[in-house]
Amino acid sequence: MLRDEDRIFTNLYGQQPWGLTGAQARGDWDGTRALLVKGRDWIIDEVKDSGLRGRGGAGFPTGLKWSFMPKDSGGRPHYLVVNADEGEPGTCKDRDIIRHEPHKLVEGCLLAGFAMGAHACYIYIRGEFHAEANVLEAAIQEAYDAKLLGPDACGSGWAYDIYVHRGAGAYICGEEMALIESLEGKKGQPRLKPPFPANMGVWGCPTTVNNVESIAVAPTILRRGASWFAGLGRPKNTGTKVFCISGHVEHPCNVEEEMGIPLRELIEKHAGGVRGGWKNLKAIIPGGSSVPCLPSTICDDVLMDFDSLSAVKSGLGTAAVIVMDQSTDIIAAIARLSKFYMHESCGQCTPCREGTGWMSRVMDRLVEGKAHVDEIDLLLEVAGQVEGHTICALGDAAAWPIQGLVRHFRSEIEARILDHQKSAAGARAA
Amino acid sequence: MATLTIDGAEVTVEDGITVLQACDLAGIEIPRFCYHERLSIAGNCRMCLVEMERSPKPIASCAMPVADGMVIRTNTPSVRKAREGVMEFLLINHPLDCPICDQGGECDLQDQAMAYGRDRNRFQENKRAVKDKDLGPLVATIMTRCIHCTRCIRFATEIAGVEELGAMGRGEHMEVGTYVENALTSELSGNMIDLCPVGALTSKPYAFTARSWELRKTESIDVLDAVGSNIRVDARGREVVRVLPRLNEDVNEEWISDKTRFAYDGLSRQRLDTPYVRQGGKLKPATWEAAFAAIAERLKGVDGSKIAAIAGDLACAESMLALKDLMAALGSVHIDCRQDGAKLDAANRSSYLFNTTIAGIEEADACLLVGTNPRWEATLVNARLRKRWLAGGFPVGLIGAPVDLTYDVQHLGAGPATLKEIFDGRHDFAQVLKAAERPMIILGMAALARKDGAEILAAGVEIAEAFGMVGDGWNGFNVLHTAAARVAGLDLGFVPGEGGRDVEAILTGAQDGGIEAVYLLGADEIDMNRLGEAFVIYQGHHGDAGAHRADVILPGAAYTEKEATYVNLEGRVQRTARAIFPPGEAREDWTILRALSAELGHALPYDSLAALRTRLEDAAPSFAERGTVRPAAWQPFTATGQMLDAPFGAAVDDFYMTDPICRASETMAKCSTLYVSGGVKATGTDG
Repeated sequence: MLRDEDRIFTNLYGQQPWGLTGAQARGDWDGTRALLVKGRDWIIDEVKDSGLRGRGGAGFPTGLKWSFMPKDSGGRPHYLVVNADEGEPGTCKDRDIIRHEPHKLVEGCLLAGFAMGAHACYIYIRGEFHAEANVLEAAIQEAYDAKLLGPDACGSGWAYDIYVHRGAGAYICGEEMALIESLEGKKGQPRLKPPFPANMGVWGCPTTVNNVESIAVAPTILRRGASWFAGLGRPKNTGTKVFCISGHVEHPCNVEEEMGIPLRELIEKHAGGVRGGWKNLKAIIPGGSSVPCLPSTICDDVLMDFDSLSAVKSGLGTAAVIVMDQSTDIIAAIARLSKFYMHESCGQCTPCREGTGWMSRVMDRLVEGKAHVDEIDLLLEVAGQVEGHTICALGDAAAWPIQGLVRHFRSEIEARILDHQKSAAGARAA
Repeated sequence: MATLTIDGAEVTVEDGITVLQACDLAGIEIPRFCYHERLSIAGNCRMCLVEMERSPKPIASCAMPVADGMVIRTNTPSVRKAREGVMEFLLINHPLDCPICDQGGECDLQDQAMAYGRDRNRFQENKRAVKDKDLGPLVATIMTRCIHCTRCIRFATEIAGVEELGAMGRGEHMEVGTYVENALTSELSGNMIDLCPVGALTSKPYAFTARSWELRKTESIDVLDAVGSNIRVDARGREVVRVLPRLNEDVNEEWISDKTRFAYDGLSRQRLDTPYVRQGGKLKPATWEAAFAAIAERLKGVDGSKIAAIAGDLACAESMLALKDLMAALGSVHIDCRQDGAKLDAANRSSYLFNTTIAGIEEADACLLVGTNPRWEATLVNARLRKRWLAGGFPVGLIGAPVDLTYDVQHLGAGPATLKEIFDGRHDFAQVLKAAERPMIILGMAALARKDGAEILAAGVEIAEAFGMVGDGWNGFNVLHTAAARVAGLDLGFVPGEGGRDVEAILTGAQDGGIEAVYLLGADEIDMNRLGEAFVIYQGHHGDAGAHRADVILPGAAYTEKEATYVNLEGRVQRTARAIFPPGEAREDWTILRALSAELGHALPYDSLAALRTRLEDAAPSFAERGTVRPAAWQPFTATGQMLDAPFGAAVDDFYMTDPICRASETMAKCSTLYVSGGVKATGTDG
């Protein structure tokens, strides 16, 4: 369990003021200039050594991503774009970070942007986060007033500006390429890769898109050292992580914990346990709506990190732990997610546009059992036809929950179909 | 160069191309819907997925640039499965109404479904239905068939330069449309029909006319403007039912204008299908013998100096030469092919050609437009100018009436005064031209077809000289013709001989009795009221202005009905082919002149088309080469007269109504009403 002194987000619950004074009291903006003076390469190396992996879901090593930014791009400006379009169902960590720890993010923006040679940073914040955007804008203004940002950020001589851009509520705009399109004022549809954003991002310039949490932890890592962060968690899955626990638990919450904490321990220590006790657990979606669910048997001893969860064919994703007890109709739960992906598909590429609707409709019928048993395999096949064949990962995200459901709860689906057939036959007989 | 392995075979290709293009070069066919080599890459149909070594997922080959050492596999079970999956997705919401779809038989989706489709449907849900959009009188929509490849959107935005189409809605609810329902305002809109891989966009005039496999296809040339777009004429029975573009990178690439494509219904309306002779003030049908006899009777004893001939805008080289020879035999020097009165000098070929060539536009780095609206006068030239502009670093200045050319144009002034300022270096644009390495000037008919046309032409030449527009391997001096017949007419010297009258003088002569007989070879664009008491022979294919005024009508063949030679504005010699026969008694034009010449006692010395063509090559050596452009030697000149102050007008008032064929076309009339007259609905009293 994470010791209190290793906690990065010490005001995650907003018990202290979020403003600059409060933040500085918690150690933010402490010696930022000295960190900048150490240079771009030092920052990138330090983040690399810390083993930090992207906190937005894909888990790509953050330092490596920063190092992709070209050293010389022929006069084109570089941009840091922070993805605060937190839309993954079950996830609410970035919201609390912005609400209660905005200065961690703002300072991180400066350090990360400096490390990649950017003078400007865009924070693309979800439109629904109205109050949060206000807090963020106020925090940025505080930083400008204190000369922590601006033409001579922290007295380092590095000019740095942060702009907040509010999204309009499309889930797909949280995908980095669609976010870039949206930021440019276009319809939020993912672009093709390559070219990758590090080469051709916002307005055709080198750009790095990072999750809020990845950026917000960077200042603390740089201050406390890569080895401190790397010492937490497990190899290749280092550091701390904010978990969002929701669903059938006694106390749903956001909590910062060490990577690799057992799922059961996470829930029982911080969320007051599963409603009705661990035995009442049916399934858990460990990383936000996009990752396959896990049955209670696996939940008993699985560890919460990227590699452990992918070993059981799920994923850490955004670490949004959605707990479902025995009262849950798991088929209906996944059907609801399928409807979500159908609704949020941008419609650009064929498999996702057509496949999400098909899957959702079959799922709706499965909820009532109005289907043939063969259709379970059909559904899996359709999911397979979507997965990996789309421009962005939304297609995968739509396929995985269904694949997880069939993998672990096939008998339940079959039983419901047979029930329905029986009752239909009974109705006919009567 | 990059060397990659495709299906086990090593291929070396240019850097910067895509895997799909490399596969094409290697002779491996990759199925596709959204990819089109002239449009930006969308990568959204996912049909072109291939396997790439070290990539966990299949890649969209249309969007992946080649790299050295790449290993691509296009024929593995997983690739096939991926494509079958995509095909199934495309088909689940496709109506499968092929039996009633105009695209049937030439449909990419149909063809590829044969290769990658399943033999039965696993989709048990309801299919999506999408409301059709009204895109105007040319493009029909059946949006339920749309597979969202976005080719039409990209064409409108990129090639046509009208940002009017887009995708609305998300996911399954994505629809292609104009948001606020509006007709497309592009002269290139018909090309979207060709680009659409399914039957979502089809031709409205052609709707339910024929099946593609029933048609007789003839490769030919368009003559409705001076570009000479390469076309394919599809006919069924005795009727042309549609016109499609043919690839020619040097001329029209693979596009054609809406006029070229949709004016064909004019070919079967208002046709002259029998000779007519005016008797008692009324035109009466007659036999060929009677018509020729009437002409011979009237011309008997008339001195050659009182006979004149005017060639119209659609006349072919063969008929113009035959007419020129006939007029010479009759002793007349009063011939002219410049109906609009353009002051062009037939003796100086470089002064009337589009010397840069259409493809050459892509190498220019600045352009000065003088008295021209290329969008209406030569749509495909305008498309090429836009293509060049899109590539960047191409300032365009316009002197004349301000128009929207689909690219940024600096409007410099309205008339000759601005031309003078540029020549004197007093205008800012002079610096732009000076800085350019390969600048070009385009003079339109609005500048040349006026009293001071010769002076303006000379001013253009002087500017070309002064700004280094002509040099080694580069000629930036261009005249933009609007008539398909014009360059051939000039090449053949169909202009007044020594002491001869031009069009204006012929008309004056007709009024004051100096000219007694006028031979109109398809000439309809002159003021017929000015023909006075003259005896008018009209040879042509449509009952238009000339035929109404005529005393004798000799029915000829339209461009789809004869093998005829045309020279486009670049000086490119091209030939039409006969797709159908002329209607009724109508004949190929040169044969009419040959027959008439015998009746008049001056039999022309050629009895076959081959003999006439030999004569053609003798008359103008440029006719010896077909399909290519022979550069004209640069002969600069100056003028002595003064340019007038009047601003330049417009050479084409109505893009859809430029010639007898268009004026007979219902489709063109609809377009004209909608686009040019501002969509004002005709009232009952308009007929």
